[in-house]
Amino acid sequence: MKSEQNEQALLKGLANNDSRAIETIYKDNFSMVQAFVLNNNGSYDDARDVFQEAMIALYEKAQSESFVLTCQIKTYVYSICRRLWLKKLQQLGRFSNQVDNLDETVPVEEDLEIHEKRNAEFAIMDRAMKSLGEPCKSLLEGYYLKKMGMQELAAEFGYTNADNAKNQKYKCLMRLKKLFFSQYNIGD
Amino acid sequence: MDDIQLLASIESYLAGEMSPTEVSVFEALRKKTPEIDQMVVEHKLFQHQMEDYAATFNIKHTLHEVHNRLLENGDVNEGGELSTKAQVFQLWNRYKRVTAIAASVGGVIALVISGLVAYFSPVVNGNQIQQLSKDIEIIKRNQQYQGSLINEVKSKIPNGVTVISGGSGFLIDPKGFIITNAHVIKGTAAVVVDSKGKEYNASIVHIDTKKDLAILKINDEDFTPLKSLPYSIGKSNADLGDEIFTLGYPRNDIVYGVGYLASKTGFNGDSLSYQIQISANPGNSGGPVLNNNGEVIGVLSTRQAQADGVAFAVKSKNIFEFVNEAKESDTILENIKIPVHSSMKGTQRKQQISKVADCVFNVKAFSKK
Repeated sequence: MKSEQNEQALLKGLANNDSRAIETIYKDNFSMVQAFVLNNNGSYDDARDVFQEAMIALYEKAQSESFVLTCQIKTYVYSICRRLWLKKLQQLGRFSNQVDNLDETVPVEEDLEIHEKRNAEFAIMDRAMKSLGEPCKSLLEGYYLKKMGMQELAAEFGYTNADNAKNQKYKCLMRLKKLFFSQYNIGD
Repeated sequence: MDDIQLLASIESYLAGEMSPTEVSVFEALRKKTPEIDQMVVEHKLFQHQMEDYAATFNIKHTLHEVHNRLLENGDVNEGGELSTKAQVFQLWNRYKRVTAIAASVGGVIALVISGLVAYFSPVVNGNQIQQLSKDIEIIKRNQQYQGSLINEVKSKIPNGVTVISGGSGFLIDPKGFIITNAHVIKGTAAVVVDSKGKEYNASIVHIDTKKDLAILKINDEDFTPLKSLPYSIGKSNADLGDEIFTLGYPRNDIVYGVGYLASKTGFNGDSLSYQIQISANPGNSGGPVLNNNGEVIGVLSTRQAQADGVAFAVKSKNIFEFVNEAKESDTILENIKIPVHSSMKGTQRKQQISKVADCVFNVKAFSKK
């Protein structure tokens, strides 16, 4: 079927962080999720957060090689968002208007568990990066997030040559590792 | 081998950049020293974590960009005005001339009609709603009452100026940023008094009469910034029936009041505010309205004149919008951090009150000559 191929292509695009594919998925699904959250005691900001979280969960799933989506993207995203939002409401101690159970959903508990673990790991790394201070933070961000080369980084940060920048990078990396593992091992 | 060199070789080993002889030397070293073996395993794990981090970081960034782009194009709507910029432009180009003519005709008609309406219509609705700032009369009385105090401790209100308006206000940042109602601030400068009676000089940083909110900044050497604020400012809507309480200064001493959320809209269906059932008096304006979790859900602002206990509070959501708007126009506001975590969840009301009382101020506005 054509639409199925289409969905596969979109997911592949998502896995590669292709903004056009993301835009298409966004356009097709966002208003549905927004309506759901708004109808259940949420705000526009909540809707955006929940939807983006679901997109990240889908992205993580799409990245793994063994990935097969057994339902439509729409159903999957809705199921995740629904689960996330009801959980959030529960945490806040606020009730929801009885959510009708007529909508089609798929079980997502397992996926969410994996996603939550990655979320926690992300938070640890994020905190470690943020407590690193400058210029370490920018240097490592340049190297790992923006994937800049050593030569480029040396020029941007004003090191006399790539070797010096590399040396500095290793020093920063050691500090980051220390910060990261001090949190990460506690988490285990 | 020093640490940096070791790390460098582990990285190139994991990346497969070593020559076969180097690899065999390194692997022998790994076998011999368990510490290095451990480091390699650890570094592999770390690199994997870093890759995940980078991927998530980048996808978050993309999502954010996509969201904003769609919002701009009008494909996604977040309440407020429909921002269909592209379409609007097209329509504008097509109907430029017609619009211009229509606008000028409309303008003339509107002027005539509003003139007529203003001329003929009786004054309505004047006293239905009452702002809860203290008026001059009451302040005058307060000042007489304070006369004796002023002799002992010199007031920071400059000599020769009269206090024009007053009310309550509360901290939204421990560094000394206070939020209050715009109608509390009728002068050009203010003095704030804490629950122990200590006065601090404050300047007016930003006012928005439409939202009825204002920000003051304490500029006083005597003020010691707090470590953190006990309450959070709520982002989401509160529920009907939520129990609420407020602290404010209808007198020179702090006063506690309790009530409940009566309606999700304010006077005449105003969606920017809540209706609350609470006994409020002039001077309560600008005080915080908190729920049981210690979350500020609103800023007490007005009451209905003919009804008993019916008061209105500006929704706390507006504080965020207000502060963000203010940040754009004023750089000293840049490092305002609105508290989003309440440390008072589950604590007793008496404890909550004593904590909140430290952050609620009596605001007195005056005009400098």
